[in-house]
Amino acid sequence: MSLDPITLAVLAGRMEQIADEMDATLFRAAFNPIIAEAHDASHGLYHAETGETLVQGKTGLPIFVGVMAFAVKAVIDKAAEQGGPQPGDVWIFNDAHMGGTHLSDMRLVRPYFRDGELFCWLASVGHWHDVGGAVPGNYNPAATEAFQEAVVIPPVRLVRGGEVQTDVLDILMRNTRLPMSAEGDLNGQLGALDLGVRRLDALLDEYGAGTVQAALAALGDRAETLLRQAVAALPDGRWEAEDFLDNDGIAPEALPIRVALQIEGERLRLDFAGTAGGVTGPINIARPTAIACVYVAIKHLFPSLPANAGVLRPIDIAIPEDSLLSAEFPTPTGGYTETILRMIDVIFSAAAEAAPERAIANAYGTINALSIAGKRRDGRRWVMFSFYGGGHGATAESDGLNHGNAPISMATIPPVEILESAYPVAFRQWALRPDSAGAGARRGGLGATYEIEVLEENGAEVFFFGERGRFAPKGVAGGAEGACNRFTFQQGDGWAAPPLVSKMVGIRLRQGQRVRLETPGGGGYGPAAARPARDVARDVALGYLSEGAADAGHGAAWREERA
Amino acid sequence: MSRRIIGVDVGGTFTDVFSLDTESGRAGVAKVPTTRPDQSGGFLAGLRHEVESLGEIATVVHGTTAGTNALLERKGARTGVITTEGFRDVLEMRRRDRPRTWGLRGDFVPVVPRDLRLEVPERVLADGTVERAVDLDAVRAAGRALLDQGCASVVVLFVNAYANPENEARAAAALREIWPNAHVAASSEILPEIREFERFSTTALNGYLQPEVAGYLDRLEGALEGEGFGGEFLIVQSNGGVMSVDTACRLPVRTALSGPAAGVIAAGYIAESAGFSNVITGDMGGTSFDVSLIAGGETVLSPQTAIDFGLVVRTPMIEIATIGAGGGSIASVDAGGLLQIGPESAGSDPGPVAYGRGNDRPTVTDANIVLGRIDPARPLGDGLGALDLDAAKAAIRRHVAEPLGLELMEAAEAIVRVATSAMAGAIRLVSIERGFDPERFVYMPFGGGGALHAGAMIAEVGLARALVPRYPGVTSALGCVIADMRQDFVQTLGAMLDELDLAALRDRVQAHVDEGNATLDAADTGFAAREVRVELDMAYLGQTHTVAVPVSVEMDGATVKPVSAGAIRAAFEATYRELYGRLLTSPIRVLNLRTAVIGKRPKFDLATLAPDPGARVETAAKGARPVYAQGAWHEARVFDRLALPVGARIDGPAVLEQPDATIFVEPWLAAEVDAHGNVLLTAKESAA
Repeated sequence: MSLDPITLAVLAGRMEQIADEMDATLFRAAFNPIIAEAHDASHGLYHAETGETLVQGKTGLPIFVGVMAFAVKAVIDKAAEQGGPQPGDVWIFNDAHMGGTHLSDMRLVRPYFRDGELFCWLASVGHWHDVGGAVPGNYNPAATEAFQEAVVIPPVRLVRGGEVQTDVLDILMRNTRLPMSAEGDLNGQLGALDLGVRRLDALLDEYGAGTVQAALAALGDRAETLLRQAVAALPDGRWEAEDFLDNDGIAPEALPIRVALQIEGERLRLDFAGTAGGVTGPINIARPTAIACVYVAIKHLFPSLPANAGVLRPIDIAIPEDSLLSAEFPTPTGGYTETILRMIDVIFSAAAEAAPERAIANAYGTINALSIAGKRRDGRRWVMFSFYGGGHGATAESDGLNHGNAPISMATIPPVEILESAYPVAFRQWALRPDSAGAGARRGGLGATYEIEVLEENGAEVFFFGERGRFAPKGVAGGAEGACNRFTFQQGDGWAAPPLVSKMVGIRLRQGQRVRLETPGGGGYGPAAARPARDVARDVALGYLSEGAADAGHGAAWREERA
Repeated sequence: MSRRIIGVDVGGTFTDVFSLDTESGRAGVAKVPTTRPDQSGGFLAGLRHEVESLGEIATVVHGTTAGTNALLERKGARTGVITTEGFRDVLEMRRRDRPRTWGLRGDFVPVVPRDLRLEVPERVLADGTVERAVDLDAVRAAGRALLDQGCASVVVLFVNAYANPENEARAAAALREIWPNAHVAASSEILPEIREFERFSTTALNGYLQPEVAGYLDRLEGALEGEGFGGEFLIVQSNGGVMSVDTACRLPVRTALSGPAAGVIAAGYIAESAGFSNVITGDMGGTSFDVSLIAGGETVLSPQTAIDFGLVVRTPMIEIATIGAGGGSIASVDAGGLLQIGPESAGSDPGPVAYGRGNDRPTVTDANIVLGRIDPARPLGDGLGALDLDAAKAAIRRHVAEPLGLELMEAAEAIVRVATSAMAGAIRLVSIERGFDPERFVYMPFGGGGALHAGAMIAEVGLARALVPRYPGVTSALGCVIADMRQDFVQTLGAMLDELDLAALRDRVQAHVDEGNATLDAADTGFAAREVRVELDMAYLGQTHTVAVPVSVEMDGATVKPVSAGAIRAAFEATYRELYGRLLTSPIRVLNLRTAVIGKRPKFDLATLAPDPGARVETAAKGARPVYAQGAWHEARVFDRLALPVGARIDGPAVLEQPDATIFVEPWLAAEVDAHGNVLLTAKESAA
């Protein structure tokens, strides 16, 4: 069935709205701030047989755009073993080896039937506050198996024919430190799926299933065409880039991530050969995550591409067997964010060689998950868990953004006042970090310094999961690298740093002791010598740059500009 | 004494004036070009259009974009910040967001640069404890340093000042002793609400706007008085209420959405007078389409907005959803073969291809011209010659018809169809997505282009009917005349309901009411009534988002009576159940108190705007012209809209024209003129 271009344009907007509205419903209803404030969730429509992404919302977390197809496929396979999906079924699971990302992300997948036939799938994913495991908040840098990270739920039917299976619910709620939060989030996700069903019903009533089906197919083709044309406009060739992860949280060895980017006509090939093999610690990722990550990087380079599986058709992705990027169960994957951020960095670095005018320097490159937890005097448990920001990379048009969020996320940071009112801590510093930006004709964005004091008389325990402690975010087109991540904490009378630099489990702090996190700035764009002296002088005047660093990076010309 | 009230809405292109003589009931409208950079020229010209002498005017009410423009163009005053040690960069760090999801491009320049943000020793903890008293010598030294740097305005931004304003208050008092003008403010004075970035941003933007907006309003007031004006001068706020000029000079950040808010207020009143209390408004301008919803006669307020990336203003404002689909939005076919409207726009300058000012890419207005819905011989804009129909056709042919393999007229209709589909999406966003059934709503288009697409909104969203006000082009100016005087207050409480200090709560409400009443007392306006509204932001413990719970507060004269915890709980549960369906068993938390004190201004009877009793359909008829719709040409009758009599019924296809707007009555629609001169559009079968 072919579609007139007007109906296609109208349906494209209508279907995206459905996914957006599912996002909005969950953001409003969710209990935990990681979903409600940081929007660490996503919704979409997926192909009935393959699970491929048909439509995804604009507001959900970028990394989920690519990864959800694998979650849906896992449910398709499971359902097939059980006699196929029935109307009113909803599967739930968090197994990262089947669905990508990590165990904190709870996925709900629901078949959508039309006239007795499976039309497509709807799915909802959201980051729950706590799903058991050794570390509150589930970022366990010392995990050597998934079992130490969280409870592992394979795809199981939470709802059968419209009836919630309370047995399943009971297992879920017994395996979290924060059952109230988990139940609130779960209800929000079920509500979002209900809403998706109602909206699809109305859309199909209006246009007919055949027309909508044809529009979905056409939109996939369109995404493919757009990427083919964008790639064809770039020169043919092969470019390589490498970078390193600090370590896996267990052993001190640095771990290479390598990519070769090859352009041949309208096709793009990304080969990750030479990347480190699988490791003991939790920075492995499952293959679905790696593929989704490629999608995120490509969409940042070509931001107008639509969010559907058609984008992946002109891309060949080669992921070596037994590598860090193709982990098998039960390898731990809790720190997947760090690994995919580094993959994005190497893709950006390689793409910068192919198309310097489009290049984006590396952003700060770590999620910096910091968990401070303890018990109050009255015995109540508290967990302050948050991700912290850093500088974005520079581009040909502008300096990098100061204190941005990670490229895989749109998460915002909670206000200091909300954190201080909820947890017994006081922030002593919440500031930009001078001299953290990579120099260049355009400089990187600045990272931040956060210093947090424990006020609770029982003290607290601190867990930290970061990266970029040893290898700084790189510049492009001759730009310099940003500053490394730096995490320190008070012990005894002085300050200490973790032996593994960017990862640490269960250090005890007394009342009045502090931790300090200084995050990386972004890489620069173009040679530092090409930065106008006026801009350097301004950076010094604003305190973004110390005088010494200005001299070292740019020479002394800026001093005349200031005079 | 004169009883003339005049509303003036200054927009980017035109200054709209609506005047009402409350004695005779006579109303007048005028549209004059906006003058730049000093808008007072156009403002006065508009007033003179309506009155012989400014001495005849009792009240002037102004909807202004001066504040918004100063923010967007970064033309506010040099402003200094004095803040808590360790928190110098809050304004610049924002909430760790980025401008767009995809692309990782762009940076952010705060309105107060880092070298004008100085730290002083002080600290208040989250429970309100003063951990460290403010060092006033350091405050004075910082103030002098900022003055030396040329700052015209200074704000005090201390962490946790919402919980205890003592340090901020002492710092502000010390600064006021040395600061040479009135532009000193503390964050707890502007917005005593938890969340430091939002509070600091609102306060800093207020300081940044103060000298600019105060200067503009002073000039304007001076010019008015210079021409003999001796009445009251009021400013519309983003919340849809008016405030005195003094308040506006102190809180200019509250003018951020002044003009659009007035439009929504007018729409609500016009619709209510016509018998409709559920309204969706649609304001179609050159680059955007603004939608707002009024349910049961109440406008929906949103707590904050971002004027631009990182420029957050948190103050109650009428919720307006905006999409980038206006008359000037450009139609194109992308590399993937999809017809797209916008986000690029030709705006009003150069404007559509047919304006002949240099744009050669087709816009929505060009499509309407080619379809015959806009008369090319009768241009809408000021200072335009005849519209260039052939150029519009050529542009559509080249950029849309040929790439899509469509005929010219199909392509023109496709452009309008895709644009109206996006507009319909914006309407769904504020209605269906919030649980409102569009069938219960009347659609009120305003602005010049809105009424061209009213039929499409009825068809696509399932709205029951559309009501086109008599003067759609000056709706915001009319809203200025009828808006109530309103002051909003907020105070963070941050307590569990079971532990809430009810006496302290009563005292807080009383303080808000006293301050609000003092403002109303100071106004020259006689109020028809006064109203106090109290809301509590509440949630179950552990929940992130709060719900706004209306709590009824009884008054004994001007004294607020205490409220019981039981009544608050019942109000919360009723609201929560309505929003989420079922209640939870968790403890309940009260985050913020919000109070609104409203002085109801007397309303005028819209019947004064009604058509002349002598009007006749025959004399309003202006012939016919071909219009293309639903894939075919139709011979549409053309009428002078303002000359149609009350009760006239015109079956589509028809075009109703007036100086600043065109109504297209699609072939399946019927138009009827109501007692106030509004045009009601309904499907023919349901109109019979």
